[in-house]
Amino acid sequence: MGRLFAIEIIYRGIFQKTLATRMSRAIVLAAHHEGKMGISFGRYGDSPERNGIPAKNFAIVATDEQTLQDGMAKYEPKEVDITICVDDTLCKGVESWAWYGLQPVNRLLKPGGTLIVTSREGPEAIIAMAHRKESPYQLSILKGTVSFSGLWVYKDDHTDVRILGAIAKVLPDLFSLQSVQKAIVSEWKDELKATSAAKSYERTTSITVRPDQGNPEVPYKFDLPKWHEMGEGVAIPSIPAGHKMDDPTSHAHGGFQPDRNPTFKKFSTRTMRPVVNFDTCIKCTLCWLQCPDSCFDVTPEGLYDANMQACCGCGVCEAVCPVKECVTMVNETEFGDNSSQWEAWRKDKDGYKVWLEEKIKSHPERSHGFRYRGQYAEQIPEMLEIASEK
Amino acid sequence: MAVATVIEDQRKIEETALITGSEAIAVACKLADVDVITAYPIRPYDTVMQYVCKLVANGEMDCEYIVAEGEHSQFEIVKHASACGARVFCGSSGVGWMYAMEALTVTPALRIPMIAMVGNRALDDPGAFGVEHNDALTVRDLGWQLVWVDNAQEALDTALIAYRVAEDRRIFLPCAISCDGAFLTHSQALVKIPSQEKVNEFLPPYNRGDLLLHPDNPITVAPQGNEDWVMEIRRQNYAAMERSHGVIEEAYADFERIFGRSYGNPFFEEYMTDDADIVLIGMGTLSISVKVAIRQMRKEGKRVGFVRMRWFRPFAAEELAESLQRFAAIGVIDRDYSFGSPYLGGVLAGEVRHALYPGPGKKPPVVDFICGLGGREVTVPDVQRMAESVYNAAEGKAQPLTQWIGLRE
Repeated sequence: MGRLFAIEIIYRGIFQKTLATRMSRAIVLAAHHEGKMGISFGRYGDSPERNGIPAKNFAIVATDEQTLQDGMAKYEPKEVDITICVDDTLCKGVESWAWYGLQPVNRLLKPGGTLIVTSREGPEAIIAMAHRKESPYQLSILKGTVSFSGLWVYKDDHTDVRILGAIAKVLPDLFSLQSVQKAIVSEWKDELKATSAAKSYERTTSITVRPDQGNPEVPYKFDLPKWHEMGEGVAIPSIPAGHKMDDPTSHAHGGFQPDRNPTFKKFSTRTMRPVVNFDTCIKCTLCWLQCPDSCFDVTPEGLYDANMQACCGCGVCEAVCPVKECVTMVNETEFGDNSSQWEAWRKDKDGYKVWLEEKIKSHPERSHGFRYRGQYAEQIPEMLEIASEK
Repeated sequence: MAVATVIEDQRKIEETALITGSEAIAVACKLADVDVITAYPIRPYDTVMQYVCKLVANGEMDCEYIVAEGEHSQFEIVKHASACGARVFCGSSGVGWMYAMEALTVTPALRIPMIAMVGNRALDDPGAFGVEHNDALTVRDLGWQLVWVDNAQEALDTALIAYRVAEDRRIFLPCAISCDGAFLTHSQALVKIPSQEKVNEFLPPYNRGDLLLHPDNPITVAPQGNEDWVMEIRRQNYAAMERSHGVIEEAYADFERIFGRSYGNPFFEEYMTDDADIVLIGMGTLSISVKVAIRQMRKEGKRVGFVRMRWFRPFAAEELAESLQRFAAIGVIDRDYSFGSPYLGGVLAGEVRHALYPGPGKKPPVVDFICGLGGREVTVPDVQRMAESVYNAAEGKAQPLTQWIGLRE
């Protein structure tokens, strides 16, 4: 029996699909330079041709063909040596289109395995987002702005090779730096990328995350019904129409909150979230009308509260709002929960104002992926600068 | 009061009419008070739509009659109407049926009790009007109930039975009634038209129940569902088709009770099998020449029997195997083909062999005959040739497992 290696790459649909595919291919090719066998594939049910949807790619590598088959006999690995998370906001959890519920980012990691995260945050912020795990694991942060591009364009900011260099450091049995450099040069014909991999290799360090560290929340989950418990005719009950809202301070009853799917929440699709200045809102209804996910709750006084169980973070509300800084998109890493902004504002307007200004200050630190022309090109020099920092 | 009495009397009258198999099905639609009918012309199915059209124009029938821009839309329209609680009817032939294929696949998946008439027609190419059974057989794995009839009376009666079975809440699966092009669709025979009162007694209104698509019953139909859901959904359809066998038996028993006409075993008709040495088995109107040939052969002392399959889905495998085990050899008459199939035989031959295999009894040799394609006549001498080969097989003389009969060679 030979040795089996499994690497997963957690990424965002469309924006990082090419990035993930390049990395999982290169992992197999690098290992092949050392005589190992391997396969590279995406989790089919994820439907990653959807903006921002959490999705996974896998690279399975083995020292011989039979051991590789042992790994291939599973639809996806049950445990992995390394989890690569190319967007730090995914550390809050992964909800696939294929309906597995909300999965912790570190769920598949073997005890002592390594979570590699692309982020500008420090380890405290990453650990706070990731769910607690029974066994300790290693955390390695690859410093950098999260790399987003489109399905048909690829932004070559060296995120791919920097992560490959980091893998050689944390799991040398899989492949050496020399092997991964060979794979990089033969795959992409670019010596500079091989140099970036070496720099990343030198700089990669990791820390241990203990079982008592991390987000203590138990992620929501559900049991799938048996065939005879399900309704027939491929028909499901519709989500009920919704109900009025309660004001936490005045106890007024009014407005409208749509009922939402209790098990498919979608919010792990979000990389930025809107924060709303209720004091300047002119109640024009545009955010409520244009939101593609019907995420706005209408409050009893006619304000619009973006519900964080439903918001996918697309930024349409910010784009259509006619009032300056009334709706502002802020990096999702800045938030620790999904609670109602309107309720916080109703309870303490001054406190909310301070909170709001503090959140807006952190803007803009990232992209939510919905680009303007030339956005990716603008980001490249910044990324190359970070990559070459000592 | 007097007028009401007259109307009441008319409702009880059973008439005899000279109509084709297609027209008989149109009359069944009228009696079943079908709500929505869609049409798109193609021979020989168009004989139904023409007669429905006439009934509507004459004020004898009240329904939404929609001529779609193609077969795909034709079947989609009634699928949606049925989801909204309407009793529906449609149909097609040959490549028209194939053009509707995507709609035909989703209809059983959504548990839509659609009744369709297939005027069996050869698939292109060449363009040919005549009968072949491959058109209806293309949906055999999808959850369609499939039934073949061989005369106009049976067409009318089976259409009423089909509504009763398909719309049973335990089933909710579509049903296609196959009528051989020309031989049944274009040939008029005397048909007893049952009274409306009896039909009403036999056929309850369609109740879509919890699956009704209506603002008062908000449901989502046909959402995306990936690997976590598909097997369970298929298993539900498997269960519905499994139940169909019993529901068909119930419907035929009730039919006999109410209309006084018996079909015996609902799933297949047996002709002179009691004392038969060998048996032929086939579907549709070729039964006529087979029966005539059998009567002639019996004069020569050859005891040949015939089994005519009515229901192809569900397939009454256990009953059929039990019946067929009595004979020294079996000849399957396929008015279809399945190129490259086991022993290169037709579809029915494959099903018959399959039905026999698991049974505990003996397994007589099965010889397959492909004949009558594209509407070619299956003649009495053709049938005698088949019987001769089956006798040879019964005596242990090796026969080609698949033979083309009535071919210029």
